[in-house]
Amino acid sequence: MALFLTQLMNGIGSGVVYASLGLAIVLIFRTTGILNFAQGEMALFATYITWELTQSPLPVWLAILISMGIAFIAGVLIERVIVRPVEKSSPLVLVIVTIGMFLAFNALAQLFFGVDAKALPRAYPDHSWIIGGVVLRSDTFVLVGVLAIECLALWLLLQRTKLGLALRAVASNPDSARLLGISAATMLMLGWGLASALGALAGALVVPTTTGLTAGSMQSVLIFSFAGVALGGFDSPLGAVVGGLIIGVAGALTQQYLPALSGIEIIVPFGLILLVLMFRPQGLFGQSKVERV
Amino acid sequence: MHFLSNRARLLGILFGLAVLGYLVLFPQQHSASEVRLWTTAIYIGIAAMGLNLLTGYNGQVSIGHGAFYGIGAYTSALLVSEHGWSYLTTIPIAAAISFIIGVAIGVPALRVKGLYLALVTLGLAVVFPDITKKFVHGVGGTNLVRVSRLDLAAPSWVPAKAAALDQWGYYLTLTIALILLLGIWLLVRGRFGRALIAVRDHEAAATTVGVNLARTKVMAFALSAAYAGIAGALSVQVTGLANAEKIGTFNLSILFLVAVVIGGTATVFGPLIGGFAVVMIQSATSDFVANPPILPSFFSGKEVLSPALFGVLLIVFMYFMPDGIMGAARRSSRRLGRTLSRAGKAA
Repeated sequence: MALFLTQLMNGIGSGVVYASLGLAIVLIFRTTGILNFAQGEMALFATYITWELTQSPLPVWLAILISMGIAFIAGVLIERVIVRPVEKSSPLVLVIVTIGMFLAFNALAQLFFGVDAKALPRAYPDHSWIIGGVVLRSDTFVLVGVLAIECLALWLLLQRTKLGLALRAVASNPDSARLLGISAATMLMLGWGLASALGALAGALVVPTTTGLTAGSMQSVLIFSFAGVALGGFDSPLGAVVGGLIIGVAGALTQQYLPALSGIEIIVPFGLILLVLMFRPQGLFGQSKVERV
Repeated sequence: MHFLSNRARLLGILFGLAVLGYLVLFPQQHSASEVRLWTTAIYIGIAAMGLNLLTGYNGQVSIGHGAFYGIGAYTSALLVSEHGWSYLTTIPIAAAISFIIGVAIGVPALRVKGLYLALVTLGLAVVFPDITKKFVHGVGGTNLVRVSRLDLAAPSWVPAKAAALDQWGYYLTLTIALILLLGIWLLVRGRFGRALIAVRDHEAAATTVGVNLARTKVMAFALSAAYAGIAGALSVQVTGLANAEKIGTFNLSILFLVAVVIGGTATVFGPLIGGFAVVMIQSATSDFVANPPILPSFFSGKEVLSPALFGVLLIVFMYFMPDGIMGAARRSSRRLGRTLSRAGKAA
């Protein structure tokens, strides 16, 4: 039982990370209908900036906040300069453009920051408690706490502010929103900026819990976040969180209890997605589209 | 292509023959490394042709076909190196195995649409390297399988002019590519092709006119898997090995998709041209970074700039040719036709 709970906590710890990046993915998908393959690499770049700032030396929390600010501006610029010109093209063209960004950002990160792993310090003391045989790590608590705050802030922003209403209006019907005097262009830039800042936060929190920051750091996180988002539904922030957590927990439990799958644990999350999508093609929390024939 | 007159069609055929002639003579006049590069371009084009059937004609996006390519490569490499098969006979086996696995994955994927399908197939690309690491025991216990050059050499009936290792690989790949191209051409012009397009454009409407939705979609998936498998089997002849790494398989899957879109989705020749374009652009960017014509001190030792350059070129490409090379060519030929007919009327 203690072993189970320990693995559960480990799973939640990694699931929270997938959920954070998943939120960013959902945010962009909701506002622009684009699946951003470069989300992980944008977060990677921001994390390198955080690292650079901690070398200067700034306290880690401050470094994270500054790099989130930089990531926000970068996200806005990316929308304006790179995405806007192809916004109206077919979804496939948009996929290729974000894949182009994926390749470029990854390579540029290696160019600017080198290939050797960087150690990014934690912003909080690393500690673990053993209570009744269950290992509880400070990492897990901080990550869960940050995710909870993130969700609350996003919910307040989207549901309780005028800005959030405008964002949602543009997402659901850009033309009507425009007629009501909402600048769709501004909202789209804002969506990208917010997502980019969220990614920066996710990156800065996950890297200290791993072996170090390298150009490949965010790729597996991105893949699992995608898996979580697919499980939860692309258009649902709640889905991204729940999906990410399920993927994380399933991964940890597989490692512990299904030794036959050792080395190919990754089959579990994708098997899970396939299974869920067979019964709910729009994901667990996604809205199904009614098609008029 | 209703706007093409008979004369234009004749010109097209002549142009095609000229290209074919150039392709046939190419290995006689170029170095082995260039021939290998072109062979690579052709087999990437083969995988893109198959993916185009699925993505372009049938509207199902896959970013996991690197896995089927890997299945083809492993089938071929393992049969040759461990079971002593002759290389040529492994190619149809690779195609068949990829096809069958394509059916097995296409059936559950039936319910999954659009970007969700893209992500499920992404899973395929991610899982495949792990599976090979677990079950394939190649060089030094890794998942790398090597095939000896002797086993990949040309059979005795091949004329001496085409029998060098690189030339044989090239001609074999080119021949198979042409056969598969003909296959696609016949397929999309026929009943099955119309069914593919109908399903892509409107599923409900397609079913009402009697298209079997499930069979069409699964067939498209399996055929595209088989094309990717053949490409993988052919890659063994050039590289002499089969290997699968996480990033590699993902990048390859992306490369196929990029080739389809750059060449022109839902066109017969587009993916082959796109395959050529991506392989040549990649080789050009790495050459550029290795031997920069400008600012050599800035570029020295910065090989990582090559994928950055490739990524930027992709984005720029999409700005100027969102409908791919074939789309751009079609637009400009149409414009040319209009200008010509206006000039004809004026005179």
